[in-house]
Amino acid sequence: MIYVKGVNQDQKWDEINVGGNITEGGTALDVNTGDWRIMIPRFHEDKCKQCMLCFPVCPDSAIPVQNEKRLDFNFKHCKGCGVCFKVCPFEGAITWEKEDK
Amino acid sequence: MGIRRLLSGNEATATAMKQINPDVVAAYPITPSTEVVHYFSQYVADGEVDTEFVAVESEHSAMSACIGASAAGGRTATVTSACGLALMWELLYVASGQRLPMTLAVINRALSGPININNDHSDSMGARDSGWIQLYSENNQEAYDNYVMSWRISEHKDVLLPVMVCQDGFITSHAVENIELIEDEKVKEFVGEFKPERHLIDGGPLSVGPYDTPHFYFEHQYQRAQAMKRAKQVILDVSKEFAAMTGRGYGLFEEYKMADAERVIVVLNSSAGTAKVAADQLRAKGEKVGVLKLRVFRPFPHAEVAKALSNAKAVAVMDKCDSFNGMGGPVFVDVRTACYDLATRPQIVNYIYGLGGRDVTVDNFLYVYEKLTEIINSGTNTDDIYRHVGVRGVN
Ligand code: SF4
Ligand code: SF4
Repeated sequence: MIYVKGVNQDQKWDEINVGGNITEGGTALDVNTGDWRIMIPRFHEDKCKQCMLCFPVCPDSAIPVQNEKRLDFNFKHCKGCGVCFKVCPFEGAITWEKEDK
Repeated sequence: MGIRRLLSGNEATATAMKQINPDVVAAYPITPSTEVVHYFSQYVADGEVDTEFVAVESEHSAMSACIGASAAGGRTATVTSACGLALMWELLYVASGQRLPMTLAVINRALSGPININNDHSDSMGARDSGWIQLYSENNQEAYDNYVMSWRISEHKDVLLPVMVCQDGFITSHAVENIELIEDEKVKEFVGEFKPERHLIDGGPLSVGPYDTPHFYFEHQYQRAQAMKRAKQVILDVSKEFAAMTGRGYGLFEEYKMADAERVIVVLNSSAGTAKVAADQLRAKGEKVGVLKLRVFRPFPHAEVAKALSNAKAVAVMDKCDSFNGMGGPVFVDVRTACYDLATRPQIVNYIYGLGGRDVTVDNFLYVYEKLTEIINSGTNTDDIYRHVGVRGVN
């Protein structure tokens, strides 16, 4: 039995934990789950009033906040659900478009 | 020196459970395995074990509780039969896929319908591809011995797979036989302590059972397949150690009068005893017949079985379970496949027998040996491979 920290798709069958066990916390941070997205929100800092209504409603914690300011989206985890776009009261702070892949 | 006791197969299993004193037993009663739970819960009530006994509301919950208990680092056991095993089905795959050691005593009983509570192997045979090791037992002694050995196999670091210890419902589970028990302290010493490297209670962070994406699932299945292959050697090693302690030797299968046997019956569980009586009667007349009794069905010892059958002329594989596949039962399919690579193959036919508690007699086996003679004498390969014995109107 082996226990390794962190997994990646280059590891061979005998280099990963048995049964898919995870032996550390917070590993979801490392996984790119943003690749399902079809629609994408865009952040326009100049129009943003920093009202802080958007970041708590994001189901994927994809809106980072630092020093009481929201930053640009974390597209590694954003699923393109549009909740932030819907909740934002200020025209043009978040725009909504089809993602060009 | 062991302790001679008169015990039913169920009581022998419960006694072994008591001696092992698992951390958790979660079980739901179902005929004919109910007695095991009954005896064991009495041991719990009397303070003879310090097991946490979880009285669940179904077998689905029983297996779920066992999975949780094993993941938490507890030595875990359960017992069931027939539809109870069927209700565990979904979780059987979870237990083996999460690589959680535990032992499940299967007291073999037919699956309905029409409803039947008597013995055949349709329950455990249906679960043969669920990633569990399967050991089969001819009599009460073997049921007890296999049970004691199962823990060492299941918990071995090269294996980490759950084990089913099977015996025939009513036939061995309720018949009382004189058996030899091992002293409590010797069982404890043999089984040792369960010390998983990681478990949920301590030993650092651990998540069990997360979603396994297509990038990793296949590798985990490959790991499980390798563990099942490695289990064969572990079973042999544990059995060797067991023989040193008790004088009772076990292999992957037992070869009974096989040395020069031209006609062979392959069988598992209690009917092996009946087949041996038939073989003895024919041997007394100078006929070259033998019995190959499978003990380990998962992992299937294909190379060893093929070698053991390589000198036979005709083989009948007995299945107390019909696969309803139009071709033959599960033991037959595996035995016949195993022999494919032999340079000279015996003719191999299947006999489905004893379904739903139908009596299995010495005459049934004499009939099968007779049919093997007919196959040999015909000089041609028979395409009549999928046969039944003991059905009115058939034979
Ligand atoms: S689109 Fe959905 S997932 Fe992406 S940042 Fe907005 S709320 Fe979060
Ligand atoms: S809801 Fe709109 S305005 Fe408010 S912080 Fe978010 S993006 Fe800025």
